[in-house]
This record gives sequence, C-alpha cells and structure tokens, in this order.
Amino acid sequence: MAKIKKSPWLLHYDGSSCNGCDIEVLACLTPIYDAERFGVMNTGDPMQADIFLITGGINTQNAEVVKQLYNQMPRPKVVVAVGVCACTGGVFKDCYNILGGADTVIPVDIYVPGCAARPQSIIDGIVQAVELFQKRSDEHDKEMKNKGREAS
Amino acid sequence: MGKRSIIPYGPQHPVLPEPIHIDLVIEDERVIEAIPSVGFIHRGLESLVDRRDIHQLTYVIERTCGICSFGHGMGYCETMEDIFGVEVPKRAKFLRTIWFELSRMHSHLLWLGLLADAFGYENLFYQCWRIREKVLDLIEMTTGGRVIFSVNKIGGVLKDISPEHLRLIDSSIDDIKAELEVIKKTFIEDSTVQSRLRGIGIITKEQAHALGCAGPVARASGIRCDMRKRGYEAYQFLDFEPIISDAGDCFARCYCRLMEVFQSIDLIHQAIGMIPDETDISIDVKGNPTGESFIRIEQPRGEAVFYVKASGKPHIDRFRLRTPTFANLPGLCEMLKGAELSDVGLMVVTIDPCISCTER
Repeated sequence: MAKIKKSPWLLHYDGSSCNGCDIEVLACLTPIYDAERFGVMNTGDPMQADIFLITGGINTQNAEVVKQLYNQMPRPKVVVAVGVCACTGGVFKDCYNILGGADTVIPVDIYVPGCAARPQSIIDGIVQAVELFQKRSDEHDKEMKNKGREAS
Repeated sequence: MGKRSIIPYGPQHPVLPEPIHIDLVIEDERVIEAIPSVGFIHRGLESLVDRRDIHQLTYVIERTCGICSFGHGMGYCETMEDIFGVEVPKRAKFLRTIWFELSRMHSHLLWLGLLADAFGYENLFYQCWRIREKVLDLIEMTTGGRVIFSVNKIGGVLKDISPEHLRLIDSSIDDIKAELEVIKKTFIEDSTVQSRLRGIGIITKEQAHALGCAGPVARASGIRCDMRKRGYEAYQFLDFEPIISDAGDCFARCYCRLMEVFQSIDLIHQAIGMIPDETDISIDVKGNPTGESFIRIEQPRGEAVFYVKASGKPHIDRFRLRTPTFANLPGLCEMLKGAELSDVGLMVVTIDPCISCTER
C-alpha cells in the first residue's frame, strides 16, 4: 500500500456555502487546473471516498448529513475545509442558523482560507491532504498488521 | 398498477454540487409525485440586517450566491439608491452592465457544462468549463475576483475598467464566440443530445404562467418576460430582444440559455461601443435614509425581486429577496410528475437550480 497517495478519491459536499467555493472546487477538477493529475478522482459515493472536501458552514439541518457522510467514509480519511465559511463560519458566523465551521461536527485536518477560495489554494489543500492520507494509511496498515500478529 | 415506493433524491448526489432534497414517489419507473424539502443550506442571511450597516450589507448580500453574486449586489445597491434618491453616473451604469453580462455568460456556460455532464457528455462539460475560464479571466483582470468580485457600492462602482482592458474584453469575447460556435453545433444538432432532451419535461405556456416560472424556464415556454427590458442600468440604451422558444421542453431551455450567451456577447459589444468617457464612476451617499423600495432585475436564472425598508437608522429594518429558483421550483415539481426516473437528474438540472439563493 506504499503508493496509495497516487489514487485517493474525493468526496465533495456543499455544507451551507454560497456556491462560490463549490464552483471553484469543480473548476479545480476541469482541465485548466486539473487536480486529477495528482491522482485524485471526484466521486459521489461516500463509501468509496478517502478525502472529504467540505465547503460552507454547518447549520442545524445539515449537521446530521455531514456527520453521516463522514461516518460512511472508510478509514483512514482526511477532511479538507474549503473556504472561510467551512473554516470558521465566515461572513455568516453571526447568522442564527449557522453553528460554525465544519470542525464543530467533524474533525478537520486542513483548512483552505479564502472567500471564495481560489483554485490554486484548493489544489494546495488537496496536495497536502494527499500527503496526509498516505501517512495515515501507512499508520493504519501498521496497526492492522500488529492486530493480526496478536491474534495469531 | 405497480407498487408505490419513495426514493429520496439528495441532499448529497453527484448531479449538482448543491444539496437539493426531493422525495420521489414512484410507481415502477414512473414518478407520480415529487416533494421537495428545503433548508439544508439555510443560513439566515436576511437576519444580518440588524448587525451590519447599509454599506457592509452590500458584501453580505453579494454572498447570497456565488454564481450570480454580481447581480445580487447590484440589485441591493439599486434598491438603496432608489431610497436615497440618487442616480449613479452614466459610466458606472455601463460598467455594471458589462460585468453583469460577463457574469451571465459565466453562469450560463457553467450550466451548459452541468447539462452536458447530466446527459453523459463529459468532454463537452470540460469544453464548456474551459470557455468559462476565459470569461473568468476577463472578470479577474478587471475586478480582481473570480466568482465574488465585490465591485458594487451604493452610488456606483468601486473600480473602473481602463480603455486597454475594454479593448481586450472586446476582442476576447469574439474569440469566445468563435469557440462557442463549435460547441453550439453539438448542443443543437447532435442526434444523441436531441433524443435525450427533446420532448422531455414539457411545461406549456399556460402552466408556466400559472406556476409563475421565471427567466429562461418561462422564456423557453414562450412567455416574453425579460426584466432587462425594464431598462435599468444601461439596458435602456442597448438594443436587444428576449430569446424565446415555444416548445417548453428540456431542449428549449438549453437552446434559450445557449443563445443568451451569444446575446450577452452582443450586449457587451454594444455597451463597450457606447460607454461614455467620464471619470466619475460613483457618487458619495451619506446618512441614514428613510423609505422603502422594490426593484426587479433579471438574473441569469430569472427575475429576482429585492425589497428594502429603511427608517433612518444605521441598520435597515428589512431586506427581502425573492430568487428565481424559488419561482421555478413549482415548475420543476410539475415537470417531474409522470417523468421516467432516469430523466429526473436532467430535469432538475434544466431549471438551473441555485439552492444557495433560494434558501439564503
């Protein structure tokens, strides 16, 4: 599993963002910016995803959805919060329906700032996430091996 | 008579980046009823009026939606200018029109890409987005932002476009037009696309009128409604006719939006030709106004209605926004009745839903 960083799959979910970051995430996957050259692939299925890109803050209704998506993803996994709304709540922080950034319900590993986050910074976030994902999956492998040894 | 079952569609699904949730009541493969449920993206943006002053609010309202952000900021500014009783300089009007049409182009190209993706043409999706990047480059060159470009202020605009940049826009949109001609062929003539779009999701003129559809959805059903004809900003000086189709199906909606990109190119050409050579691009507005105002503008997705009530305090009393997607959702639910399950994704895309606007 040494080269898993060459093929992690992305899951994108729009929390309660204004769409600005979402279309930039999509723009990242199109040929001009082409995040797929780092081996990542966009998927709509959380069961097959390794990296979770979340845009927008958490509100009372989507908190459960975000938690559920995170729990459906297999371990190891990495979460990237894209845009200032996903980082802290951003311009909508004072709104009555916003609980805060993505880290109010799920653990976030990488924060990508910006309103809207530029494709270059999103790609930077993805590249860091890919590195972290490799590290986590190595640790996960070791853990599994140790468990196997103990069992035998 | 088959057994009825309910299929939940969304909020997380691969067709749109946004969370839209619809419960589809189906019998065999046919949709009997579609029940949308909303609130996954509700932020309570309108409540910020008592925490941000009238000038700061411009930037908050712009973030109602990232795709049609310029229009929202402009609509709010127009409403406030109406309350203040001021008229913006003529050059500012033309600049707003140019940016507004550029943002309409990028919004429609984005949508054409999503549509191509929905009927399975991935390469066409990439082509649309590649052309869209050129529009975004023009926007970035003139404003500094790509999708949210805060250039509106109450009383005018914050940035001017230099004559060189105007010339560059003028020539670049011609290049874009040439590239669009190529993809237009696929959208209009390709037989696979035709078989996927023709006769699917029909809304008749009567239905569209009764359900209050707006924008390209209404125009595709033959209703001649385009708020730009109201003549706000520089549209009063420009010569154009709303693009109308009679069929009311998915293909008609695709055709209307595709043609509107060409129309926007023409409008930008006209605006650049007529822009007055002035230095004034904004006027200062001071104080806390009293009054209420109601403005309608044509967003890429249709008619948006802005309402502001102010009573001489630093904060306005009420801001209300009726967005085009909200008007088009009843049309979508009507369309989905009797549809094949496999066409649902396509139909959802053809009304160009912007859930962020709708739920704010």
